[in-house]
Amino acid sequence: MNSGDTAWVLISSALVLLMTPGLAFFYGGMVRRKNVLSVLMQCFIIMCVLSIWWVLIGYSLSFFPSKGFWGGFQWLGLNGVGLEPYPDYAGTIPHQAFMIFQAMFAVITPALIIGAFAERMKFSAFLVFTLLWSTFIYAPLCHWVWGIGGWLRNIGALDFAGGTVVHINAGIAALVTAIVLGKRNNLEKNIPTPHNMPFVVLGTALLWFGWFGFNAGSALAANGLAVNAFVVTNTAAASAGLSWALIEWFRNGKPTIFGVCSGAVAGLVAITPAAGFVSVVPAIIIGLLVSVFCFIAVTVIKPLFGYDDSLDAFGVHCVGGIWGALATGLFASKLVNPVGSDGLFFGNPKQFLIQLFTVLVTVVYTGVVTFAIYKLVDMLIGVRVDKKTEDIGLDLTQHHERAYTILE
Amino acid sequence: MKLIIAIIQPYKLEQVKEELYKAEVNLITVSEVLGHGRQKGVTEVYRGSKETGNLLRKVRLEIAVNDSFLEPTIKAITKGAKTGETGDGKIFVLDLKECVRIRTEERGHIAIG
Repeated sequence: MNSGDTAWVLISSALVLLMTPGLAFFYGGMVRRKNVLSVLMQCFIIMCVLSIWWVLIGYSLSFFPSKGFWGGFQWLGLNGVGLEPYPDYAGTIPHQAFMIFQAMFAVITPALIIGAFAERMKFSAFLVFTLLWSTFIYAPLCHWVWGIGGWLRNIGALDFAGGTVVHINAGIAALVTAIVLGKRNNLEKNIPTPHNMPFVVLGTALLWFGWFGFNAGSALAANGLAVNAFVVTNTAAASAGLSWALIEWFRNGKPTIFGVCSGAVAGLVAITPAAGFVSVVPAIIIGLLVSVFCFIAVTVIKPLFGYDDSLDAFGVHCVGGIWGALATGLFASKLVNPVGSDGLFFGNPKQFLIQLFTVLVTVVYTGVVTFAIYKLVDMLIGVRVDKKTEDIGLDLTQHHERAYTILE
Repeated sequence: MKLIIAIIQPYKLEQVKEELYKAEVNLITVSEVLGHGRQKGVTEVYRGSKETGNLLRKVRLEIAVNDSFLEPTIKAITKGAKTGETGDGKIFVLDLKECVRIRTEERGHIAIG
Protein backbone atom coordinates (compact mmCIF):
# COMPACT_ATOMS: atom_id res chain seq x y z
CA MET A 1 0.00 0.00 0.00
CA ASN A 2 1.30 3.43 -0.95
CA SER A 3 0.38 6.42 1.17
CA GLY A 4 0.89 8.92 -1.66
CA ASP A 5 -1.45 6.99 -3.95
CA THR A 6 -4.03 6.56 -1.20
CA ALA A 7 -3.91 10.25 -0.30
CA TRP A 8 -4.32 11.26 -3.93
CA VAL A 9 -7.26 8.93 -4.52
CA LEU A 10 -9.02 10.14 -1.39
CA ILE A 11 -8.52 13.76 -2.38
CA SER A 12 -9.70 12.94 -5.88
CA SER A 13 -12.82 11.33 -4.47
CA ALA A 14 -13.57 14.52 -2.58
CA LEU A 15 -12.93 16.57 -5.73
CA VAL A 16 -15.32 14.47 -7.75
CA LEU A 17 -17.97 14.75 -5.06
CA LEU A 18 -17.61 18.51 -5.27
CA MET A 19 -18.51 18.29 -8.93
CA THR A 20 -22.08 17.31 -8.12
CA PRO A 21 -22.88 20.48 -6.15
CA GLY A 22 -20.86 22.28 -8.82
CA LEU A 23 -23.14 20.81 -11.43
CA ALA A 24 -26.10 21.79 -9.28
CA PHE A 25 -25.11 25.46 -9.49
CA PHE A 26 -24.09 25.19 -13.14
CA TYR A 27 -27.59 23.94 -13.95
CA GLY A 28 -29.30 25.94 -11.23
CA GLY A 29 -28.15 29.24 -12.65
CA MET A 30 -29.49 28.27 -16.06
CA VAL A 31 -33.07 27.61 -15.03
CA ARG A 32 -35.70 30.17 -14.18
CA ARG A 33 -35.74 31.56 -10.69
CA LYS A 34 -38.84 29.62 -9.72
CA ASN A 35 -37.08 26.31 -10.33
CA VAL A 36 -33.59 26.80 -8.95
CA LEU A 37 -34.20 24.95 -5.70
CA SER A 38 -35.64 21.97 -7.54
CA VAL A 39 -32.38 21.57 -9.46
CA LEU A 40 -30.27 21.93 -6.32
CA MET A 41 -32.57 19.50 -4.56
CA GLN A 42 -32.36 16.91 -7.30
CA CYS A 43 -28.57 17.01 -7.19
CA PHE A 44 -28.30 16.86 -3.44
CA ILE A 45 -30.84 14.12 -3.04
CA ILE A 46 -28.89 12.09 -5.57
CA MET A 47 -25.80 12.57 -3.43
CA CYS A 48 -27.71 11.11 -0.52
CA VAL A 49 -29.63 8.32 -2.20
CA LEU A 50 -26.96 7.04 -4.54
CA SER A 51 -24.18 7.19 -1.95
CA ILE A 52 -26.16 4.66 0.04
CA TRP A 53 -27.24 2.69 -3.01
CA TRP A 54 -23.61 2.42 -4.08
CA VAL A 55 -22.31 0.90 -0.86
CA LEU A 56 -25.28 -1.43 -0.52
CA ILE A 57 -25.74 -2.61 -4.10
CA GLY A 58 -24.14 -0.44 -6.77
CA TYR A 59 -20.49 -1.21 -6.20
CA SER A 60 -21.11 -4.93 -6.25
CA LEU A 61 -23.22 -4.74 -9.42
CA SER A 62 -20.61 -2.61 -11.15
CA PHE A 63 -17.28 -3.99 -10.12
CA PHE A 64 -17.51 -7.54 -8.86
CA PRO A 65 -15.43 -9.47 -11.37
CA SER A 66 -17.52 -11.55 -13.73
CA LYS A 67 -18.42 -11.90 -17.37
CA GLY A 68 -22.07 -11.24 -16.67
CA PHE A 69 -24.51 -8.44 -17.36
CA TRP A 70 -23.79 -7.12 -13.89
CA GLY A 71 -20.73 -7.74 -11.77
CA GLY A 72 -22.32 -9.80 -9.08
CA PHE A 73 -24.00 -9.81 -5.71
CA GLN A 74 -21.11 -11.05 -3.63
CA TRP A 75 -20.04 -7.59 -2.57
CA LEU A 76 -23.47 -6.38 -1.44
CA GLY A 77 -23.14 -4.13 1.58
CA LEU A 78 -19.40 -4.01 0.85
CA ASN A 79 -19.10 -7.55 2.07
CA GLY A 80 -15.52 -8.56 1.34
CA VAL A 81 -14.54 -5.05 0.37
CA GLY A 82 -11.98 -4.17 2.95
CA LEU A 83 -9.06 -1.90 3.62
CA GLU A 84 -6.41 -4.05 1.97
CA PRO A 85 -5.75 -3.36 -1.71
CA TYR A 86 -7.62 -5.32 -4.38
CA PRO A 87 -4.79 -5.55 -6.89
CA ASP A 88 -6.91 -6.31 -9.95
CA TYR A 89 -8.32 -2.81 -9.72
CA ALA A 90 -5.70 -0.83 -7.80
CA GLY A 91 -2.75 -2.48 -6.17
CA THR A 92 -1.49 0.33 -3.97
CA ILE A 93 -4.60 1.74 -2.33
CA PRO A 94 -7.19 0.23 0.04
CA HIS A 95 -10.05 -1.46 -1.81
CA GLN A 96 -12.53 0.88 -0.18
CA ALA A 97 -10.60 3.86 -1.51
CA PHE A 98 -11.21 2.59 -5.03
CA MET A 99 -14.82 1.94 -4.11
CA ILE A 100 -15.47 5.40 -2.73
CA PHE A 101 -13.74 7.03 -5.68
CA GLN A 102 -16.06 5.17 -8.01
CA ALA A 103 -19.03 6.08 -5.83
CA MET A 104 -18.62 9.72 -6.79
CA PHE A 105 -18.85 8.84 -10.47
CA ALA A 106 -22.04 6.90 -9.87
CA VAL A 107 -23.45 9.92 -8.07
CA ILE A 108 -22.70 12.52 -10.72
CA THR A 109 -23.74 10.53 -13.77
CA PRO A 110 -27.51 10.55 -13.22
CA ALA A 111 -27.22 14.15 -12.02
CA LEU A 112 -26.14 15.09 -15.55
CA ILE A 113 -29.49 13.95 -16.92
CA ILE A 114 -31.22 16.61 -14.83
CA GLY A 115 -30.29 19.05 -17.55
CA ALA A 116 -32.73 17.41 -19.93
CA PHE A 117 -35.86 17.31 -17.81
CA ALA A 118 -35.29 20.41 -15.71
CA GLU A 119 -38.32 22.49 -14.81
CA ARG A 120 -40.94 19.86 -15.53
CA MET A 121 -40.30 16.54 -13.81
CA LYS A 122 -42.13 15.34 -10.73
CA PHE A 123 -39.81 14.88 -7.78
CA SER A 124 -41.14 11.47 -6.77
CA ALA A 125 -40.88 10.18 -10.33
CA PHE A 126 -37.38 11.60 -10.54
CA LEU A 127 -36.28 9.58 -7.50
CA VAL A 128 -37.68 6.32 -8.81
CA PHE A 129 -36.31 6.96 -12.28
CA THR A 130 -32.83 7.71 -10.93
CA LEU A 131 -32.68 4.55 -8.84
CA LEU A 132 -33.86 2.34 -11.69
CA TRP A 133 -31.54 4.07 -14.15
CA SER A 134 -28.53 3.62 -11.93
CA THR A 135 -29.30 -0.04 -11.34
CA PHE A 136 -30.15 -1.04 -14.90
CA ILE A 137 -28.00 1.30 -16.95
CA TYR A 138 -25.14 2.82 -14.97
CA ALA A 139 -24.11 -0.35 -13.15
CA PRO A 140 -24.13 -2.65 -16.19
CA LEU A 141 -22.37 -0.15 -18.45
CA CYS A 142 -19.82 0.58 -15.75
CA HIS A 143 -19.23 -3.13 -15.46
CA TRP A 144 -18.86 -3.69 -19.19
CA VAL A 145 -16.31 -0.89 -19.66
CA TRP A 146 -14.41 -0.88 -16.38
CA GLY A 147 -15.24 -4.06 -14.48
CA ILE A 148 -13.05 -7.10 -14.60
CA GLY A 149 -14.65 -9.49 -17.06
CA GLY A 150 -16.56 -6.65 -18.64
CA TRP A 151 -17.03 -7.42 -22.32
CA LEU A 152 -16.23 -3.97 -23.65
CA ARG A 153 -13.15 -3.81 -21.48
CA ASN A 154 -12.14 -7.19 -22.84
CA ILE A 155 -12.35 -6.09 -26.47
CA GLY A 156 -10.04 -3.22 -25.70
CA ALA A 157 -12.31 -0.21 -25.32
CA LEU A 158 -10.43 2.72 -23.86
CA ASP A 159 -12.26 4.95 -21.42
CA PHE A 160 -9.90 6.48 -18.94
CA ALA A 161 -12.28 8.36 -16.68
CA GLY A 162 -15.79 7.93 -18.01
CA GLY A 163 -16.39 9.40 -21.44
CA THR A 164 -18.64 6.49 -22.26
CA VAL A 165 -19.76 5.33 -18.85
CA VAL A 166 -20.62 8.82 -17.65
CA HIS A 167 -21.04 11.34 -20.43
CA ILE A 168 -22.33 9.51 -23.47
CA ASN A 169 -24.43 7.39 -21.14
CA ALA A 170 -26.07 10.31 -19.37
CA GLY A 171 -26.17 12.33 -22.55
CA ILE A 172 -28.22 9.81 -24.48
CA ALA A 173 -30.50 9.29 -21.51
CA ALA A 174 -30.92 13.06 -21.54
CA LEU A 175 -31.97 13.12 -25.18
CA VAL A 176 -34.45 10.31 -24.74
CA THR A 177 -35.92 11.87 -21.60
CA ALA A 178 -36.19 15.29 -23.22
CA ILE A 179 -38.05 13.84 -26.19
CA VAL A 180 -40.51 11.66 -24.30
CA LEU A 181 -41.17 14.23 -21.58
CA GLY A 182 -41.98 16.86 -24.16
CA LYS A 183 -41.19 20.52 -24.32
CA ARG A 184 -41.71 22.95 -21.52
CA ASN A 185 -44.88 25.03 -21.77
CA ASN A 186 -44.95 28.25 -23.77
CA LEU A 187 -41.43 27.77 -24.99
CA GLU A 188 -41.73 29.78 -28.18
CA LYS A 189 -43.27 32.80 -26.52
CA ASN A 190 -41.20 32.57 -23.44
CA ILE A 191 -37.59 31.60 -24.11
CA PRO A 192 -36.25 30.82 -20.66
CA THR A 193 -33.07 32.65 -19.88
CA PRO A 194 -30.60 31.82 -17.14
CA HIS A 195 -31.77 33.54 -14.00
CA ASN A 196 -28.37 33.69 -12.35
CA MET A 197 -25.38 33.65 -14.66
CA PRO A 198 -22.88 34.04 -11.80
CA PHE A 199 -24.11 30.66 -10.47
CA VAL A 200 -23.39 29.14 -13.87
CA VAL A 201 -19.87 30.52 -13.73
CA LEU A 202 -19.35 29.38 -10.16
CA GLY A 203 -20.62 25.94 -11.10
CA THR A 204 -18.25 25.78 -14.04
CA ALA A 205 -15.33 26.73 -11.82
CA LEU A 206 -16.18 23.99 -9.34
CA LEU A 207 -16.56 21.49 -12.16
CA TRP A 208 -13.20 22.40 -13.70
CA PHE A 209 -11.52 22.18 -10.31
CA GLY A 210 -13.20 18.90 -9.43
CA TRP A 211 -12.48 17.42 -12.84
CA PHE A 212 -8.81 17.16 -11.90
CA GLY A 213 -9.96 14.54 -9.43
CA PHE A 214 -12.24 12.97 -12.02
CA ASN A 215 -9.50 12.54 -14.62
CA ALA A 216 -6.19 12.58 -12.80
CA GLY A 217 -7.64 10.54 -9.96
CA SER A 218 -8.54 7.83 -12.44
CA ALA A 219 -4.86 6.97 -12.62
CA LEU A 220 -5.53 5.53 -9.15
CA ALA A 221 -2.01 6.50 -8.18
CA ALA A 222 0.06 9.61 -7.59
CA ASN A 223 2.29 9.02 -10.57
CA GLY A 224 3.26 10.20 -14.03
CA LEU A 225 0.02 9.02 -15.60
CA ALA A 226 -1.96 11.12 -13.13
CA VAL A 227 0.17 14.10 -14.06
CA ASN A 228 -0.47 13.49 -17.75
CA ALA A 229 -4.19 13.33 -17.10
CA PHE A 230 -4.03 16.53 -15.03
CA VAL A 231 -2.12 18.41 -17.70
CA VAL A 232 -4.26 17.36 -20.65
CA THR A 233 -7.45 18.00 -18.66
CA ASN A 234 -6.52 21.60 -18.01
CA THR A 235 -5.31 22.05 -21.56
CA ALA A 236 -8.41 20.65 -23.19
CA ALA A 237 -10.72 22.71 -20.97
CA ALA A 238 -8.78 25.84 -21.77
CA SER A 239 -8.66 25.26 -25.49
CA ALA A 240 -12.35 24.39 -25.65
CA GLY A 241 -13.38 27.43 -23.63
CA LEU A 242 -11.36 29.66 -25.88
CA SER A 243 -12.68 27.93 -28.95
CA TRP A 244 -16.32 28.49 -28.02
CA ALA A 245 -15.65 32.14 -27.25
CA LEU A 246 -14.02 32.58 -30.65
CA ILE A 247 -16.86 30.82 -32.42
CA GLU A 248 -19.35 33.12 -30.75
CA TRP A 249 -17.26 36.19 -31.43
CA PHE A 250 -17.07 35.30 -35.08
CA ARG A 251 -20.63 34.12 -35.51
CA ASN A 252 -22.64 36.29 -33.12
CA GLY A 253 -20.43 39.32 -32.85
CA LYS A 254 -19.71 39.01 -29.14
CA PRO A 255 -18.18 36.33 -26.92
CA THR A 256 -20.22 35.49 -23.84
CA ILE A 257 -19.36 34.10 -20.43
CA PHE A 258 -22.03 31.46 -20.94
CA GLY A 259 -20.15 30.41 -24.06
CA VAL A 260 -16.78 30.17 -22.36
CA CYS A 261 -18.36 28.11 -19.58
CA SER A 262 -20.15 25.81 -22.00
CA GLY A 263 -16.96 25.39 -23.97
CA ALA A 264 -14.84 24.64 -20.94
CA VAL A 265 -17.30 21.99 -19.77
CA ALA A 266 -17.44 20.48 -23.25
CA GLY A 267 -13.64 20.33 -23.30
CA LEU A 268 -13.58 18.62 -19.94
CA VAL A 269 -16.14 16.11 -21.15
CA ALA A 270 -14.20 15.35 -24.29
CA ILE A 271 -10.85 14.85 -22.58
CA THR A 272 -12.39 12.52 -19.99
CA PRO A 273 -12.01 9.25 -21.90
CA ALA A 274 -8.69 10.38 -23.34
CA ALA A 275 -6.92 11.85 -20.34
CA GLY A 276 -4.75 8.85 -19.62
CA PHE A 277 -3.96 8.06 -23.24
CA VAL A 278 -3.21 11.26 -25.11
CA SER A 279 -0.61 13.96 -24.79
CA VAL A 280 -0.86 17.71 -24.71
CA VAL A 281 -1.01 18.67 -28.40
CA PRO A 282 -3.86 16.25 -29.14
CA ALA A 283 -5.55 17.68 -26.04
CA ILE A 284 -5.49 21.12 -27.61
CA ILE A 285 -6.98 19.75 -30.82
CA ILE A 286 -9.64 17.79 -28.94
CA GLY A 287 -10.61 20.93 -27.06
CA LEU A 288 -10.70 23.18 -30.14
CA LEU A 289 -12.92 20.79 -32.04
CA VAL A 290 -15.32 19.77 -29.27
CA SER A 291 -16.58 23.33 -29.06
CA VAL A 292 -17.31 23.30 -32.77
CA PHE A 293 -19.30 20.08 -32.54
CA CYS A 294 -21.17 21.02 -29.38
CA PHE A 295 -21.89 24.53 -30.63
CA ILE A 296 -23.50 23.05 -33.73
CA ALA A 297 -25.42 20.53 -31.64
CA VAL A 298 -26.79 23.23 -29.40
CA THR A 299 -27.48 26.06 -31.83
CA VAL A 300 -28.31 24.24 -35.04
CA ILE A 301 -29.37 20.67 -34.36
CA LYS A 302 -31.49 21.30 -31.29
CA PRO A 303 -33.70 23.99 -32.91
CA LEU A 304 -33.84 21.93 -36.10
CA PHE A 305 -35.23 18.85 -34.42
CA GLY A 306 -37.08 20.75 -31.74
CA TYR A 307 -36.39 18.61 -28.67
CA ASP A 308 -36.28 20.55 -25.41
CA ASP A 309 -33.02 19.50 -23.86
CA SER A 310 -33.39 22.36 -21.41
CA LEU A 311 -29.81 22.70 -20.27
CA ASP A 312 -28.03 21.01 -23.17
CA ALA A 313 -27.12 17.81 -21.39
CA PHE A 314 -27.24 15.99 -24.72
CA GLY A 315 -25.60 18.76 -26.73
CA VAL A 316 -22.63 19.09 -24.43
CA HIS A 317 -22.23 15.77 -22.63
CA CYS A 318 -23.29 13.29 -25.26
CA VAL A 319 -21.83 15.02 -28.30
CA GLY A 320 -18.70 15.99 -26.37
CA GLY A 321 -18.41 12.49 -24.97
CA ILE A 322 -18.77 10.85 -28.38
CA TRP A 323 -16.10 13.11 -29.83
CA GLY A 324 -13.86 12.36 -26.86
CA ALA A 325 -14.31 8.61 -27.18
CA LEU A 326 -13.58 8.70 -30.90
CA ALA A 327 -10.67 11.11 -30.42
CA THR A 328 -9.20 8.60 -28.00
CA GLY A 329 -9.26 6.15 -30.86
CA LEU A 330 -7.39 8.68 -32.97
CA PHE A 331 -4.80 10.09 -30.62
CA ALA A 332 -4.08 7.40 -28.02
CA SER A 333 -0.42 6.60 -27.66
CA LYS A 334 1.38 3.88 -25.80
CA LEU A 335 4.11 6.40 -25.13
CA VAL A 336 1.71 8.08 -22.73
CA ASN A 337 0.25 4.91 -21.29
CA PRO A 338 1.91 1.58 -22.09
CA VAL A 339 -1.10 -0.27 -20.71
CA GLY A 340 -3.40 1.38 -23.24
CA SER A 341 -3.20 1.19 -27.01
CA ASP A 342 -2.14 3.29 -29.94
CA GLY A 343 -4.76 5.19 -31.84
CA LEU A 344 -5.30 5.70 -35.56
CA PHE A 345 -2.76 8.51 -35.84
CA PHE A 346 -0.18 6.31 -34.21
CA GLY A 347 -0.59 3.47 -36.65
CA ASN A 348 -3.48 1.48 -35.17
CA PRO A 349 -6.80 2.14 -36.92
CA LYS A 350 -8.39 -0.78 -35.10
CA GLN A 351 -8.66 1.23 -31.88
CA PHE A 352 -10.84 3.79 -33.58
CA LEU A 353 -13.21 1.05 -34.65
CA ILE A 354 -13.32 -0.38 -31.14
CA GLN A 355 -14.16 3.06 -29.81
CA LEU A 356 -16.85 3.54 -32.43
CA PHE A 357 -18.36 0.19 -31.56
CA THR A 358 -18.37 1.04 -27.86
CA VAL A 359 -20.08 4.34 -28.56
CA LEU A 360 -22.77 2.61 -30.61
CA VAL A 361 -23.38 -0.03 -27.96
CA THR A 362 -23.76 2.66 -25.33
CA VAL A 363 -26.07 4.78 -27.44
CA VAL A 364 -28.35 1.91 -28.32
CA TYR A 365 -28.44 0.24 -24.92
CA THR A 366 -28.88 3.39 -22.90
CA GLY A 367 -31.34 4.87 -25.36
CA VAL A 368 -33.61 1.85 -25.36
CA VAL A 369 -33.50 1.04 -21.66
CA THR A 370 -33.88 4.68 -20.59
CA PHE A 371 -37.02 4.82 -22.72
CA ALA A 372 -38.31 1.65 -21.08
CA ILE A 373 -37.61 2.87 -17.56
CA TYR A 374 -39.22 6.21 -18.30
CA LYS A 375 -42.35 4.59 -19.64
CA LEU A 376 -42.57 2.30 -16.62
CA VAL A 377 -42.26 5.16 -14.15
CA ASP A 378 -44.74 7.23 -16.13
CA MET A 379 -47.23 4.38 -16.02
CA LEU A 380 -46.81 3.86 -12.29
CA ILE A 381 -46.72 7.40 -10.93
CA GLY A 382 -46.64 9.86 -13.83
CA VAL A 383 -43.50 11.72 -14.67
CA ARG A 384 -44.38 15.20 -15.82
CA VAL A 385 -45.98 17.82 -13.62
CA ASP A 386 -49.29 19.32 -14.74
CA LYS A 387 -49.50 22.64 -16.48
CA LYS A 388 -50.39 24.77 -13.48
CA THR A 389 -47.60 23.25 -11.39
CA GLU A 390 -45.13 23.92 -14.17
CA ASP A 391 -46.33 27.52 -14.44
CA ILE A 392 -46.07 28.21 -10.74
CA GLY A 393 -42.68 26.54 -10.56
CA LEU A 394 -41.26 23.42 -8.97
CA ASP A 395 -39.73 25.09 -5.92
CA LEU A 396 -43.05 26.12 -4.42
CA THR A 397 -45.07 23.19 -5.66
CA GLN A 398 -42.69 20.26 -5.15
CA HIS A 399 -40.81 21.55 -2.14
CA HIS A 400 -42.86 24.35 -0.57
CA GLU A 401 -39.74 26.49 -0.65
CA ARG A 402 -38.81 29.81 -2.16
CA ALA A 403 -35.24 30.56 -3.18
CA TYR A 404 -35.19 34.34 -3.00
CA THR A 405 -37.04 37.06 -1.12
CA ILE A 406 -37.97 40.47 -2.42
CA LEU A 407 -39.11 42.27 0.67
CA GLU A 408 -39.02 40.89 4.16
CA MET B 1 -56.26 59.22 -21.17
CA LYS B 2 -56.24 56.51 -18.54
CA LEU B 3 -53.63 54.69 -16.49
CA ILE B 4 -54.36 51.02 -15.89
CA ILE B 5 -52.75 49.29 -12.95
CA ALA B 6 -53.20 45.52 -12.90
CA ILE B 7 -52.07 43.05 -10.29
CA ILE B 8 -51.82 39.52 -11.65
CA GLN B 9 -50.37 36.11 -10.84
CA PRO B 10 -46.71 36.06 -11.87
CA TYR B 11 -47.08 32.94 -13.97
CA LYS B 12 -49.81 34.57 -16.01
CA LEU B 13 -47.59 37.36 -17.25
CA GLU B 14 -46.71 35.76 -20.56
CA GLN B 15 -50.32 35.06 -21.42
CA VAL B 16 -51.36 38.59 -20.51
CA LYS B 17 -48.61 40.06 -22.65
CA GLU B 18 -49.72 37.85 -25.49
CA GLU B 19 -53.32 39.08 -25.22
CA LEU B 20 -52.21 42.70 -24.99
CA TYR B 21 -50.11 42.40 -28.12
CA LYS B 22 -53.10 40.86 -29.88
CA ALA B 23 -55.15 43.90 -28.83
CA GLU B 24 -52.41 46.10 -30.25
CA VAL B 25 -51.39 47.41 -26.86
CA ASN B 26 -47.64 47.45 -27.03
CA LEU B 27 -46.71 49.75 -24.17
CA ILE B 28 -46.27 48.21 -20.77
CA THR B 29 -44.32 48.54 -17.55
CA VAL B 30 -43.90 45.48 -15.39
CA SER B 31 -42.77 45.29 -11.82
CA GLU B 32 -42.62 42.63 -9.19
CA VAL B 33 -44.52 43.25 -5.99
CA LEU B 34 -45.69 41.46 -2.88
CA GLY B 35 -49.37 41.36 -2.35
CA HIS B 36 -52.21 40.07 -0.30
CA GLY B 37 -55.69 39.12 -1.26
CA ARG B 38 -58.21 37.00 0.51
CA GLN B 39 -56.60 33.75 -0.73
CA LYS B 40 -54.46 31.43 1.28
CA GLY B 41 -51.86 31.12 -1.49
CA VAL B 42 -49.19 28.44 -1.59
CA THR B 43 -47.78 27.19 1.67
CA GLU B 44 -44.13 27.65 2.46
CA VAL B 45 -42.44 25.48 5.04
CA TYR B 46 -39.12 26.28 6.66
CA ARG B 47 -37.84 23.50 8.87
CA GLY B 48 -41.33 22.72 10.03
CA SER B 49 -42.68 26.20 10.60
CA LYS B 50 -45.44 26.85 8.14
CA GLU B 51 -45.91 30.23 6.63
CA THR B 52 -49.32 30.43 4.99
CA GLY B 53 -48.52 33.18 2.54
CA ASN B 54 -49.26 36.56 3.97
CA LEU B 55 -47.52 38.53 1.26
CA LEU B 56 -47.22 36.62 -1.96
CA ARG B 57 -45.33 37.46 -5.10
CA LYS B 58 -47.44 39.23 -7.68
CA VAL B 59 -46.73 41.10 -10.87
CA ARG B 60 -47.92 44.66 -11.43
CA LEU B 61 -48.57 46.05 -14.88
CA GLU B 62 -48.88 49.74 -15.62
CA ILE B 63 -50.28 50.68 -18.98
CA ALA B 64 -51.20 54.16 -20.16
CA VAL B 65 -53.97 54.12 -22.79
CA ASN B 66 -56.07 56.45 -24.82
CA ASP B 67 -59.76 56.22 -23.91
CA SER B 68 -60.61 54.16 -26.98
CA PHE B 69 -58.19 51.50 -25.87
CA LEU B 70 -59.47 51.25 -22.31
CA GLU B 71 -62.02 48.46 -22.73
CA PRO B 72 -59.92 46.37 -25.14
CA THR B 73 -57.02 46.55 -22.70
CA ILE B 74 -59.14 45.52 -19.74
CA LYS B 75 -60.54 42.65 -21.77
CA ALA B 76 -57.09 41.56 -22.86
CA ILE B 77 -55.69 41.57 -19.34
CA THR B 78 -58.69 39.69 -18.02
CA LYS B 79 -58.51 37.10 -20.78
CA GLY B 80 -54.84 36.48 -20.16
CA ALA B 81 -54.91 36.45 -16.38
CA LYS B 82 -58.16 34.77 -15.47
CA THR B 83 -58.15 31.24 -14.09
CA GLY B 84 -61.43 31.37 -12.19
CA GLU B 85 -59.70 30.72 -8.87
CA THR B 86 -58.99 33.18 -6.08
CA GLY B 87 -55.74 35.00 -6.63
CA ASP B 88 -56.43 36.05 -10.21
CA GLY B 89 -55.85 39.66 -9.27
CA LYS B 90 -57.37 43.11 -9.84
CA ILE B 91 -57.43 45.90 -12.37
CA PHE B 92 -57.54 49.56 -11.34
CA VAL B 93 -58.31 52.42 -13.72
CA LEU B 94 -57.05 55.91 -12.97
CA ASP B 95 -57.56 59.14 -14.84
CA LEU B 96 -54.34 60.22 -16.44
CA LYS B 97 -53.73 63.97 -16.51
CA GLU B 98 -50.71 64.17 -18.76
CA CYS B 99 -48.39 61.97 -20.72
CA VAL B 100 -45.00 62.99 -22.18
CA ARG B 101 -42.79 61.08 -24.60
CA ILE B 102 -39.36 62.04 -23.40
CA ARG B 103 -37.48 61.47 -26.64
CA THR B 104 -39.60 63.84 -28.71
CA GLU B 105 -41.21 65.85 -25.91
CA GLU B 106 -44.63 65.19 -27.44
CA ARG B 107 -47.54 65.42 -25.05
CA GLY B 108 -51.06 64.07 -24.73
CA HIS B 109 -52.74 61.44 -26.89
CA ILE B 110 -49.90 61.29 -29.39
CA ALA B 111 -47.45 60.59 -26.61
CA ILE B 112 -49.43 57.57 -25.44
CA GLY B 113 -49.86 55.90 -28.83
